[in-house]
Amino acid sequence: MRLNSRDLSWQVIISALLRRGMVLIVLVALMVYFTSQSDRFLQQRNLINILEQNAALIIITVGMTLTMLIAGIDLSVGSVAALAGAISAGLIVNNGLPFGVSVVITLAMGFGIGLINGSLIIWGKLPPFIATLAMLGIGRGLTLVYTEGRPISLNGVEEYTFYGRGDVVLPLLGEIPVSVLVALAVVIISGVVLSTTRFGLHVYAIGGNEETARLAGVPVNRVKMIAYGSSGMLAALGGMLLTARLFSAQPQAAVGLELDAIAAAVLGGVSLFGGVGNVFGAVTGGLLVGVLSNGMNLLRLASFLQQMIQGVVLVLAVAVDMITKRVEGL
Amino acid sequence: MISDDSQALLQLQNINKSFPGVQALKDVTMTVLPGEIHGLLGENGAGKSTLMKILNGVYQADAGSIMWQGQAIDLNSPQAAQQSGISMIHQELALVGYLDAGKNIFLGREPHGMIPGTINWRKMYADARHILEELGLTIDVKRPVRFFSIAQRQMIEVAKALSFDARLIIMDEPTSSLTDREVETLFYQMRSLREQGVSIIFISHRLEEIFEICDRVTVLRDGQWVATSPIEELDRDILIKHMVGREVNQIYERRSNQASEHIVLEVQNLNRGARVKDISFQLRQGEILGIAGLVGAGRTEMLETIFGVHPAKSGTIAINGKPVSIRRPDQAIKQGIGFVTEDRKGQGLFPVMTVAANIAMTRLTELVRTVFVNWREVNSLAEDFIKRLDIRTPSPQQNVRNLSGGNQQKVVISRWLTLNPRVLILDEPTRGIDVGAKSEIYRLIQQLAADGVGIIMASSELPEILGVSDRVLVMHEGRFAGEFDPKQATQDDLMVAATGTYQEGCLK
Repeated sequence: MRLNSRDLSWQVIISALLRRGMVLIVLVALMVYFTSQSDRFLQQRNLINILEQNAALIIITVGMTLTMLIAGIDLSVGSVAALAGAISAGLIVNNGLPFGVSVVITLAMGFGIGLINGSLIIWGKLPPFIATLAMLGIGRGLTLVYTEGRPISLNGVEEYTFYGRGDVVLPLLGEIPVSVLVALAVVIISGVVLSTTRFGLHVYAIGGNEETARLAGVPVNRVKMIAYGSSGMLAALGGMLLTARLFSAQPQAAVGLELDAIAAAVLGGVSLFGGVGNVFGAVTGGLLVGVLSNGMNLLRLASFLQQMIQGVVLVLAVAVDMITKRVEGL
Repeated sequence: MISDDSQALLQLQNINKSFPGVQALKDVTMTVLPGEIHGLLGENGAGKSTLMKILNGVYQADAGSIMWQGQAIDLNSPQAAQQSGISMIHQELALVGYLDAGKNIFLGREPHGMIPGTINWRKMYADARHILEELGLTIDVKRPVRFFSIAQRQMIEVAKALSFDARLIIMDEPTSSLTDREVETLFYQMRSLREQGVSIIFISHRLEEIFEICDRVTVLRDGQWVATSPIEELDRDILIKHMVGREVNQIYERRSNQASEHIVLEVQNLNRGARVKDISFQLRQGEILGIAGLVGAGRTEMLETIFGVHPAKSGTIAINGKPVSIRRPDQAIKQGIGFVTEDRKGQGLFPVMTVAANIAMTRLTELVRTVFVNWREVNSLAEDFIKRLDIRTPSPQQNVRNLSGGNQQKVVISRWLTLNPRVLILDEPTRGIDVGAKSEIYRLIQQLAADGVGIIMASSELPEILGVSDRVLVMHEGRFAGEFDPKQATQDDLMVAATGTYQEGCLK
């Protein structure tokens, strides 16, 4: 039995490279362009700033990637992030709990909300889009109720705000924002888990063909629950980083963040239909979103125009994905 | 061969299963001996799949017992079945296309790595390679399964089944999408598994295969056991009688060639890529032209090119002697060409709509009064065809997906007939349709030809091609490799042409 000659033609190879390297190519091209247009772009301070600004988005994108890989989606991440910011700040400011305890409770709450999403999808048989859309509304509502619509200030709670603005001095690299290190840790851990563990393989199997996975004895429901739970927990973590950056929990924080996360994941090659993509691609997609908006700010583009350009980039990336898929005969 | 039931590998006794409104299985009894290939036969809806799903732990029987190696056994999940040594190869191949062969084989039972939760990748791939080699298959185990041919995927499925140390492998229509050569490979593997003492339950609609490979056969009809006998005691007629419950003298009723002299369709030097090369032929009014060839020979691609699904790179098509341009399906339809696709569910039907809507769909524009669809006319149109083609449905309002495969196919054909086509192209018109319904489809095709429709029928089943066509063209690697008169040609003749070994002077 031989391979079809079609499988290894040069078109397929180029197309495969393009598909996997697409974000990276666009990212580098954008960076070259912005460097040529603004001397401030390539400065270390600006680059670190981009990372810092997008640490929360990257963390949340990792969670989104997990749910998309199992052919689901999590629209509730923005609301969960806002709720997590409010609860974590409130527990410290209003209830006098220590910072560490507040973080653990908040992460557990995020995981719990994710489990509710998962239960609605698995046992309630709701489509993931609907279940998490409902949770988007509920989460935002709970945040507004809890904060009574007012920000909770974190002035003076330094151990919290350290995670928003603090730096750690590392050998060779110099000062690196803590939030960036947190995001890096999340990316590495989730990347390793997805590519080396049984859980990771099961995630891809479920996204590729859920029925097959079930028949093969994969604990489908448990894996899905963990994926949604992790997405909720990572949303909570991202929400706390956003709160720390702003020195206060804003009830309207992270509105629309779920769309940025989906865009980042899709740009990074994660399929909306599940089973295809990885965390590193998704993170590169997140960076692409960040670099684009940073560069456009430096060029003083009107914000309305910026939104349109982001839309166009998304369409182009998905179109390339579709075309390359067809060439590869997927 | 052992025939003492006490030594049976598997005994199913008085199995009952009902679903809301249907008794799918009634007191079914079946015995599988160690190291035998046991054919399971029955029309669609006879209960084969339900019985096999019970055996595989997907469903639980309402009543009855399952004895496995002499002991009662409770199969409450696919995993339980697998652990007992029962593996199933599903009709729709159950592999994850994006994952590689090794991962697919060991999915759900990955060897543990040093760190809890991780996988010993090296052992997994080595074991996968080992199992595949035992099957005589040397493929890259790290290659995503979607890049393999259907036959290779089938062997990966077999490897997956074997990796469980299966004592019994259930194969649900494993040959339906294989070429004859691939079927031979599969049969070779099945025989060698049998020699190793593995038992196989083999489900197929192709009786030739049953006679070639099976030791014993069990027939089900309407959810009930009909017969179990050694293959030597059976012949084709008895089997069909068991399956359909009545005498079927002949599945194919020969008819005289009624083609007129008038050429309704003429194709010249049609080209499109590697699968459609230099195709030329003429189709007469009232003629049934059979197109044979192996899977991948380009039959479907050629038909799709004529119908404008993918426009031709070069070549001409003439209808009634007049050259026409067909670059899109709607242009083909305007020229009076209909196309019953190979993939009935995916391309032929609107599965969530009613029988009436499915039949009337292409005529809807005419059935609209100002803005509203005239449902009364839609229904009366549908009722005409339900009567004419003898479509068995409770009403035109029935959801089409609740119909049997044969009746679904008649719905698809009806839709084309509402347009009074000059030419009707049928690609694998009887795929997944049981014997009784097949002969009805054949009669329908012959009736249409008698009414003056030019018919092009592509099929992988050579008996069908030879039994129904007036003339047969065989494709090989995108070209026509031979023309035959079905009254004189044998299946072997067609095979020789289809495999590209045909040479002038070599035959006869």
